[in-house]
Amino acid sequence: MAVISYREALRAAMREELKRDENVVIMGEEVAQFNGAYKVTEGLLKEFGPKRIVDTPISEAGFIGLGIGASMLGIRPVMELMFWSFSYVAFDQVVNNAGNIRYMSGGLINCPIVIRGPANGGTNVGATHSHTPEAILASHPGIKVVCPATPYDAKGLMKAAIRDNDPVYVMENTILYNDKAEVPDEDYIVPIGVADIKREGTDLTIVAHGRAVITSLKAAEILEKEHGVSVEVVDLRSIRPLDEETILASVRKTHRALLVEENKPFCGVDAQIAYLIQSRAFDELDAPIGRVSSIDAPQIYSKKLEDLQLPYPARVVAAALKVLA
Amino acid sequence: MAKNAVITHPESLKRPAGPSEYAKDPVNASLSKADKIALYTKMARVRHFEQRCIRTYQQGKIGGFLHLYVGQEAVAAGTISLLGKFDHIITGYRDHAHGLLVGMSMKECMAELTGKVTGCSKGKGGSMHYFAPDKNYWGGHGIVGGQAPLGTGLAYAVKYRGQKGSCLTYMGDGAINQGAVHEAYNLAALWDLPIIFVIENNGYSMGTSQERSTAHPGCLAKRAEGYNMAWDVVNGHDVYEVRAKTAIALKRAHEESKPTILEIFTYRYFGHSMSDPDKTYRDKEEVKGYRETKDPVFLFEKELLNEGVLTKELVESINAAAMEEADAAAVFADESPEPTLADITKHIYWEEDNRGPKTTSSGTIIFE
Ligand SMILES: Cc1ncc(C[n+]2csc(CCOP(=O)(O)OP(=O)(O)O)c2C)c(N)n1
Ligand SMILES: [Mg+2]
Repeated sequence: MAVISYREALRAAMREELKRDENVVIMGEEVAQFNGAYKVTEGLLKEFGPKRIVDTPISEAGFIGLGIGASMLGIRPVMELMFWSFSYVAFDQVVNNAGNIRYMSGGLINCPIVIRGPANGGTNVGATHSHTPEAILASHPGIKVVCPATPYDAKGLMKAAIRDNDPVYVMENTILYNDKAEVPDEDYIVPIGVADIKREGTDLTIVAHGRAVITSLKAAEILEKEHGVSVEVVDLRSIRPLDEETILASVRKTHRALLVEENKPFCGVDAQIAYLIQSRAFDELDAPIGRVSSIDAPQIYSKKLEDLQLPYPARVVAAALKVLA
Repeated sequence: MAKNAVITHPESLKRPAGPSEYAKDPVNASLSKADKIALYTKMARVRHFEQRCIRTYQQGKIGGFLHLYVGQEAVAAGTISLLGKFDHIITGYRDHAHGLLVGMSMKECMAELTGKVTGCSKGKGGSMHYFAPDKNYWGGHGIVGGQAPLGTGLAYAVKYRGQKGSCLTYMGDGAINQGAVHEAYNLAALWDLPIIFVIENNGYSMGTSQERSTAHPGCLAKRAEGYNMAWDVVNGHDVYEVRAKTAIALKRAHEESKPTILEIFTYRYFGHSMSDPDKTYRDKEEVKGYRETKDPVFLFEKELLNEGVLTKELVESINAAAMEEADAAAVFADESPEPTLADITKHIYWEEDNRGPKTTSSGTIIFE
């Protein structure tokens, strides 16, 4: 076990998969010579050379589409988007091509592509660079979406994504890149579609993904210390496939649920989860399901307000107390 | 020229240091002494504003990205100096200079950077998203190349309304590889739109030198030929040349309603943004060379000193005033209030901000 950062965990996953499978190729803007805009791919060009680690022009529709095409012929491209916000430039490729090709070919063609990069607000870069498209993308059957919250999950999910035979979109978070934790040195994967109980508890279930997990864990700490409440935090890790059973089992135990995400509320991931809980665990609920998402507006630039726009521990605590009342 | 050869200033643009051969071009010869001083003053203001921004950034008051224009001033200053009532502009995220040059105040620009409610976008846009539609300035766009279709649309609207105007659509040498830019080129040429695509070729897109990003037929502007569009290349260190060549394109837009691609060679002195350490992809000597021999503000200053338009004393007082103005803007930004929580959900829909007899839709539009 070594203590490494979320960034290093992602890099380790890519390095190991590059070694394991010669068809793995890393591609994106500034990933090679510049070592990555966020240094996730640092050192890979030096180690694997320019055939495997490829810098692209600023042509997201072109190079993402190219990656999808190459994956159809057995290459396993791991495409970096400097921000998931830029996937909007390549939306047709990301959704229409990658998401439909297997279905429309009656299962004849696979599309084993990974698209990865940060998808988060909170860094004071304004509305065009702060999108969290996990719900939008996961709403398309044919596409898989994962959102790691910790270094361990980042590495395990990235490796699973690269080995997966379907398009897997990995949404990272620039604010988590420096978070450190113990990560095994030996080969492991985190299976896609398996949620994780990040904290056990008995009074309330918080369901979250991505950085909202970290926020929720902080809130759980406060709820325990200041309010004597025992909170269970379920980290989805994967949005689609979705581990419905883990969510339901936790709610059946605590009988109360609070859903926390950094998305905007309209048709967010939590809307799907709220539907799930009420349809399959309605009788288990002792209170209406609570919810905390980002304030419903394009991401504001002002740092002070952006911090309030996103879920933060005090807001989660307040919402939890409402569900517990 | 090999497909991906480095584009440096084409031979025709290399000229010995000395007076600009474009000084006598009619658009420049017709400038009064006061006009020339005003143009120089504008360039100096842009430079001092941005240098003040560096300090504000280092003080931790500006978050997110800060893309500086230092070294490129002659491009925006020269092109914008020619614009009239129906001429519009739009650019990418390296947008401070364009804002100041259309007449935005240093105060509103600085306050935007620090996220204050007195900022040009009320603290909602930040460095990459300046706007001043009252001054025909349509932003300030963070997505590379995203402004090209918008600029084409502005030109379309100008033509539609029968105005003798245009839209100058600025982008970087990296942006030209976005599909949206090519689609915009085609539309502009197909529909004879009064637009000038200004490629500010500073040699790099982030850490990628232009020859590593772009296949081209000798220069970037020449892609215009594929769309049957006029084009030209411009030495962007000489504000006189920028004006002279832009004037031709502007005339083409105004009188024939035809598009042009202008590739203007320029250079940025700082990293791509303040978070780029600028250590790996170009050497210090290259930057130094530009600073010492091609600095657009300094070259114009020399030009005007030689012409007898400027004096050493005047230069000093202009620069001192610009610095003072930038300092005052920083103080203004410091003292300005932050937006409030209630501001987050304002300015999303016209209808929400203008509830009254004219608004027709109902139902929940902002969600909890
Ligand atoms: C669609 C999209 N892709 C990538 C980026 C990230 N990015 C911002 S600026 C930039 C480089 C652009 O270079 P260039 O067009 O030459 O303009 P310059 O920065 O030199 O002014 C990149 C890759 C972005 N903002 N939008
Ligand atoms: Mg450039």
